[in-house]
Amino acid sequence: MIRNSDIWRFFLRRILGALPLLVGVGVFTFILVRVLPGDPAAYYATGPMATQEEIAQVRIALGLDQRLPEQLARYLRDISTGDLGRSLVTGQLVSSDLRERFPASFELTFFAMLLALSFSIPLGIVAAIRAGSWIDHAIRFVGTLGVSMPAFVAGIVLIFVFYFKLGLTPEPIDRIDPFMLKPPVVTGLLLIDCLLAGNLAAFSSALARLFLPALTMAIIVIAPLMRMTRASMIAVLSSDFIRTARATGMGWWKVYVSYGLRNALLPVLTTIGLVVSYQLGANVVIEKVFAWPGVGSYALNSLLAADYAPVQGYILLMACVYVVINTVVDIFYALVDPRVRIK
Amino acid sequence: MREDFAASDAAARIGLICRVLARNTVSTAALLFIATLAVFAALAPWIAPHDPNATDLDHVLRGPSGLHWFGTDQVGRDVFSRVLVAARLDLAIAVSAVLLSFVIGIVIGGAAALYGGLPDRMIGRLTDILMTFPLFVVAMAMVAALGNSIQSIVLASAVVNLPFFVRLARSEISVLRSQQFVEAARAGGNSELQILFGFMIPNALPMLTVQVSTGLGWAVLNAASLSFIGLGVRPPTAEWGIMVAEGAANILSGFWWLAIFPAMALTLTVLCFNLLGDGLRDVIDVRTRR
Repeated sequence: MIRNSDIWRFFLRRILGALPLLVGVGVFTFILVRVLPGDPAAYYATGPMATQEEIAQVRIALGLDQRLPEQLARYLRDISTGDLGRSLVTGQLVSSDLRERFPASFELTFFAMLLALSFSIPLGIVAAIRAGSWIDHAIRFVGTLGVSMPAFVAGIVLIFVFYFKLGLTPEPIDRIDPFMLKPPVVTGLLLIDCLLAGNLAAFSSALARLFLPALTMAIIVIAPLMRMTRASMIAVLSSDFIRTARATGMGWWKVYVSYGLRNALLPVLTTIGLVVSYQLGANVVIEKVFAWPGVGSYALNSLLAADYAPVQGYILLMACVYVVINTVVDIFYALVDPRVRIK
Repeated sequence: MREDFAASDAAARIGLICRVLARNTVSTAALLFIATLAVFAALAPWIAPHDPNATDLDHVLRGPSGLHWFGTDQVGRDVFSRVLVAARLDLAIAVSAVLLSFVIGIVIGGAAALYGGLPDRMIGRLTDILMTFPLFVVAMAMVAALGNSIQSIVLASAVVNLPFFVRLARSEISVLRSQQFVEAARAGGNSELQILFGFMIPNALPMLTVQVSTGLGWAVLNAASLSFIGLGVRPPTAEWGIMVAEGAANILSGFWWLAIFPAMALTLTVLCFNLLGDGLRDVIDVRTRR
């Protein structure tokens, strides 16, 4: 019997274990930005007409005259208080820019994950039940095709088919019809804000625009999720308790889903934590294809404009999101499966 | 005597490879496609039916025809020739990137496995940190840092591929370290370096080959994605990602062939590398063999 304090100790250990990783992430972004071309002081000074003295002043103000370890300490202190610098393009604080745009990316990524799971879990189960058959091979081939398709290719093909040829989806720009009255921003998640405002027309417009980019992002992660579902279902289905369940003449739903899937889902959960990283990377490309106003397109536009503070903030944010998601997944895993906690 | 033995051994090996290939039709097809593509890519400048950069303003945005198999683009360049020449560039980028991460990965992963202790923990931590970032974003930032050139794409793709090779090499070599044949080799008076290169790396190679195949597909995908978002290779260079990006602007006017053909070439290439990787894994990895 496992006591409650063991669970808490596991949580604490897991959360503390993520901390060095976050510090490492900070150091890495610091090094990356030191390598980036251009003199930040020259950028931050009043413009191309800035004199040498002005640039030197800015350099002192930014702490760039100090030795690297001191700069690093200063940088780590800044980011731990949420100060990510200022964007040269938008003129706003990077942290507020990111906060404003993050919900759009979150909505897209989350909805894409739901779509991917709703495809990959049933397909993975079918492939596992019919392992070795042509259905299994066909499902696996389609999954591999999806993972082999660059996100921008998938996006363009979907736009061509659904918008241009079939006319089923609205034009692939922005999160909502520009002529539609936007609901007041409460959570920043447009679908939820629409519902809170009771505006169903805006809700359906936002949902229709979310569909294609989310499907694009889902396509590239279906394969790993499906493979994991298949592999872990095959392992579960060959175990004794499933044989017993079958022998007692239970229905297929009870055998495969109630008993089988519930025990097979744990490895899939870990895979979710891993593929999120892939999704976050694909965000940049997909947001460009669909003109989606999220953090990915923000980072890309800043990068192309040689505006590095937002890029730095974005990379940091993505790494933190990834660490948080994986810590949550681990903790959830431990809650569901007591074996993980004993180590 | 010894040569006879070697010859029959080689014959047996070829026989085994043929039998394995015959049983894995999908992997064989993928391998054939890649081999064909590699040959065509290598010969591209000489066999391309048109000059990939020659504009022809009298034949702009023509659909696929006998003269222009994949049609022409907005300035009248032959899409087929461009797709062919782009294959050369994309494959070259992928091969050099994966070669780099393969060699460096073996050195770092091998060192971690052999020395253990602090170096091992530090290398493990560093790969963990690198894998914490969305790797495509790391590649993006690196290309921005190093400047828009083919070398920086190669380097960026090598870096994002590196953690996979380091981890694989480390786990393979640390398993091999305690194997009896390695003990025997050590007892037989081989030096540590001889053991590493003569006994461990050859035995780690099969699994590393699987990773090479998957890594090549991923490197092609990365390079094309970077060019697509405007980093790395610049127009008018023929590159699949750029061609899709340029074609995307025309696709909503109905000129689908500009984007679709390079997109198909790109997807097919990555697909074949992935299928080949899967096939090789089934053959090599006894744990997943059914």
